[in-house]
Amino acid sequence: MTDARDTLLKTPLHGRHVAMGAKMVPFGGWDMPVQYSGITEEHLAVRTAAGLFDVSHMGEIEVAGRDALAAVQRISSNDASRLEIGQAQYSALTTDEGTFVDDLLVYRLTNDHFMLVVNASSIAKDFAHISAGIQGVGDAFAVNTSSRYALIAVQGPRALEVVQPLTEVDLAGIGYYRFETGEVASQRSTISRTGYTGEDGFEIFVPPSGADRLWQTLLTAGAGVGLKPAGLGARDTLRLEAAMRLSGQDIDDTTTVLEAGLGWIVGWDKPAFVGREALIAQKTRGVTRKLVGFEMVDRGIARHGYPVFIGAESVGVVSSGTRTPFLEKAIGLAYLPVGACTPGTECAIEIRGRQVTARVVPLPFYKRG
Amino acid sequence: MYPTDRRYTTDHEWISVSGTTARIGITDYAEDQLGDVVFVDLPEVGQVFEPGAQFGSIESVKAVSDLFCPMAGRVVEVNAALSDRPETVNAGPHDAWMIVIELKDPSQTDGLLDAAAYIELVS
Repeated sequence: MTDARDTLLKTPLHGRHVAMGAKMVPFGGWDMPVQYSGITEEHLAVRTAAGLFDVSHMGEIEVAGRDALAAVQRISSNDASRLEIGQAQYSALTTDEGTFVDDLLVYRLTNDHFMLVVNASSIAKDFAHISAGIQGVGDAFAVNTSSRYALIAVQGPRALEVVQPLTEVDLAGIGYYRFETGEVASQRSTISRTGYTGEDGFEIFVPPSGADRLWQTLLTAGAGVGLKPAGLGARDTLRLEAAMRLSGQDIDDTTTVLEAGLGWIVGWDKPAFVGREALIAQKTRGVTRKLVGFEMVDRGIARHGYPVFIGAESVGVVSSGTRTPFLEKAIGLAYLPVGACTPGTECAIEIRGRQVTARVVPLPFYKRG
Repeated sequence: MYPTDRRYTTDHEWISVSGTTARIGITDYAEDQLGDVVFVDLPEVGQVFEPGAQFGSIESVKAVSDLFCPMAGRVVEVNAALSDRPETVNAGPHDAWMIVIELKDPSQTDGLLDAAAYIELVS
């Protein structure tokens, strides 16, 4: 165990997590905190007050050059031409088949400079995919700048209250999926009103050297409102309640953007991009299966990979499942045939050899008020 | 931390023998590794288990773990309170018993650890 752990990557906050007694686990090649005080407590803190997350393991790939927009348009599914400077969008890196290489956020830093924020475990794969994909587009190049950023997320209804005293940037003036640059706790930062929890909040990009001080300052600033440090465990239960997909689990190179229910991140009107023909063809003929939400009717918790039955027939598979601390229900996402996707449809999920009744429900499970 | 009135398994269950019956639960170490317990899946009264057989499972928010029967026996009681309050396993793992079994052979304690040996295992 020690040997395997030695090869894991560490964020600039790793020493802090260990010092604070977080439980560390390997995740996507990184040694990351899975929990501090407990997943339930951290999850509830984010829903009712605020949580502090180290997400520095996420990757940043910057695309710049006179033809940067054309390059980003070529390799991502969403229409990046709709982005203003200071705006971000959810998008996908797609294969020729319209399936996922990864999902990502595309930030427009300037007219001809974009930052793509990708998942930790696929930075190298994504960078290779992007570099190959933009060849021949013209004057554009991609740089993996992941090591230049630490990323700290403050999430929850009181996030703004926690961060505002530490910056002169007017946070209320930053719209959802918008960002500003400025100083936070005297650290040069990019402050993005985004997150992966279903709550309001900010993701703050800072140079690695400033991460520890920012983390400590935020912890102190948030103590009065009940901000708690949170790990990947709560991040996973929070994102699942909000029905946000997890790359490599809910979406991968075997599932298309349409099957994942993410047709809204496809720029149908934009010119050529990787996977366009496949997605248009699939849209025309219709998908045969779709990602749906379910909740357990009978007792049991469905997990990734569990088969779903209707009658005696195995019709699909669970991609994510847990019991969520806030809704206090066992919920999950599964790929089911389109005929079984209507909310209210009953199915059975095989949990360790036993069939347990579940019901299709609308997504998301949780939407903030 | 680990009561000396019972024995332990390398799978992190405890078993407390009293006459011909025994209570079974999971250890403080197991509870800590699991994190917040949200579901305990237990057998029916009357089911018979051999040593090392899976008698149930326990789920935390993040993981599922199998429960193994430390000694051979027949289930005579199940802690139904755990189905409504699974978090009591976190609060007091050495009190939160899961099942009581009627032992097939109370003297058959092969492979079980005393508290000192168990502490050594988990430290």
